[in-house]
Amino acid sequence: MTKSAPAADWPDRLFATFKRADIRQVGYVPDAGHARLIDRCRADPQIRDVVLTTEEEGVALAAGAWLGGERAALLMQSSGVGNCINMLSLARTCRFPLLMLITMRGEWEEFNPWQEPMGSIVDPVLKLCEAEVYRVRTPDEVEGMAERAVQQAFGDERIVAVLLSQQLIGKKVWTK
Amino acid sequence: MRLERRAAMATLLADRQDDLLVVPGLGSTAWDLAAAGDNDRNFYLWGAMGGAAMIGLGLTLAQPSRRVAVITGDGEMLMGLGSLATIGIQRPGNLAVIVFDNGVYGETGMQPSHTQSGVDLVAVAGACGIGACLDVRDAAGLHDLAGRLKGFRETLFARVLIEASEPPRVLPLRDGVALKQRFRAGIGINP
Repeated sequence: MTKSAPAADWPDRLFATFKRADIRQVGYVPDAGHARLIDRCRADPQIRDVVLTTEEEGVALAAGAWLGGERAALLMQSSGVGNCINMLSLARTCRFPLLMLITMRGEWEEFNPWQEPMGSIVDPVLKLCEAEVYRVRTPDEVEGMAERAVQQAFGDERIVAVLLSQQLIGKKVWTK
Repeated sequence: MRLERRAAMATLLADRQDDLLVVPGLGSTAWDLAAAGDNDRNFYLWGAMGGAAMIGLGLTLAQPSRRVAVITGDGEMLMGLGSLATIGIQRPGNLAVIVFDNGVYGETGMQPSHTQSGVDLVAVAGACGIGACLDVRDAAGLHDLAGRLKGFRETLFARVLIEASEPPRVLPLRDGVALKQRFRAGIGINP
């Protein structure tokens, strides 16, 4: 019997999945939705956190990690997917495992219309890149989806993206 | 007097040690590396422009007991210029990023690159916090760099001024899955 965790703890459950999966490198562009997960990774001496200038760097980082026998994960928000497209050809051509956790913008009560063009095409664009795409809408789904993504990425050597819906993250406060 | 690229690659990799892993950029530096002698511990790129240095970073972090040399061209480095900032704050002691700088995009018809108009990659690398930044302009400098590759202990960046020549292409294996598996097996990683 499992006790249901508080809804806001989903980043901790992602972190627990990382630990079980022996993720050793985490590349990220700072992102509010991933802030807690980034903090957990930064605080863990077994995980090398690599802050990137652009998300495509993380695709290459993860390839290098796998060449050297380590597992990596890549954290970004939906706008970052657009920055990755050509570099994803590295993962696809060579069948590098690529685990991407993507916080969505531009969908649920988005205030900023500039987030919508990329947010609205993340799913089809990733599928065109032959990524397996999982959509998570509620906190209860987070861990199971992440576990499946880990199995598929590292077991089948695939590009796997977990899209974390904007409802999970909450509204960004624009005026204080 | 710029250096000749094939001779420069051969000099850098003369008496190559088993613990040196090499990632070239796509294009000319991949042909140069193949020409210097194939090796399971080369991971040739045929694409992923701008990604060579970051592949090197991921590899160095995973393999701290081996040294990694990324040997790429000025155009490929320019596309991934931000990766120098990323590497500059990680500073792995076993990563060398070497740029063969001929000032042109050789694969596409010798169009001038930014470096020909004054963009200084050695200064960029230094400004990004990479400790050892070398500007290699002659045979003596190249031999010094070749020696350092055998025992460096801090992140190394080197710009090697080469001439804009186009030696005959020497094409390496281009099956990405095979390259990946060969490389991993070559350093003792089980599939």
